[in-house]
Amino acid sequence: MTAKRPLSPHLMIYRPQLTSMMSISHRLSGIALATGSIFLVWWLVALAYGGDYYQMVQGVAQHVLGRLVLLGFFAAVSYHLANGIRHLFWDFGIGLSLEGVYRGGYIVMAFTGLSSLAGIYMLFLA
Amino acid sequence: MSKISSPSLRSPLGRAKGLGSSRSGVSHWWLQRLTAMGMIPLVLYCLISFIMLADADLNTARAWIQHPFNSVAMILLLAVGFYHASLGLQVVIEDYISTKTRRILTLAFTKMVMTAFAVMSIYSILLITLANGV
Repeated sequence: MTAKRPLSPHLMIYRPQLTSMMSISHRLSGIALATGSIFLVWWLVALAYGGDYYQMVQGVAQHVLGRLVLLGFFAAVSYHLANGIRHLFWDFGIGLSLEGVYRGGYIVMAFTGLSSLAGIYMLFLA
Repeated sequence: MSKISSPSLRSPLGRAKGLGSSRSGVSHWWLQRLTAMGMIPLVLYCLISFIMLADADLNTARAWIQHPFNSVAMILLLAVGFYHASLGLQVVIEDYISTKTRRILTLAFTKMVMTAFAVMSIYSILLITLANGV
């Protein structure tokens, strides 16, 4: 029996705002990290296995598609880390005013942007 | 506070235990924050190390993990990280999957996968550290 009613976090009925978009992005980046962690597991298993298998995994990581996945993972870590710290400040009651919430949001977005640029440099240009 | 004219539906024992409607009190909330705080230094340290290890050959990468400080940091990151991920995914699943059977099955599957990921990756670290690989 599926209830024909909207589920609790109503994402579609409000005009998008920085606060709500950053909130759902925290969840999305968390889901992306939990899913993408399979590549970290894969790399560690390959590192334990050694030999040709590690070479193969290294080849995947050096391929353009592998690099794009790594960049996405790196950006997701940056965002989830910075926004997670923003959440921890809120838990201490700091930055909960409307201005504070927006200020923190801009700081997190600036950090994620700079960090992603650094990631592009390290993964594709260096 | 509590007057006879507005009696609480919660029993005095329930109030004293403080477990609330979640039946587990604030333990989920608290562990999510505790693991988050613990992971701040671990993520920063391991991420910077991974970037420096990018394109490293087998022996260089193994030598980094075999250093006792790095082994401990990695095992902590993986154990705490996958537990944090498991707690976080649980909240998302509980929010968005309203059908009870599907919710319980998804929760069970997610917890199993996160546990398997943690064991596989930590076992790999131990193999590399204690036996220099398989």
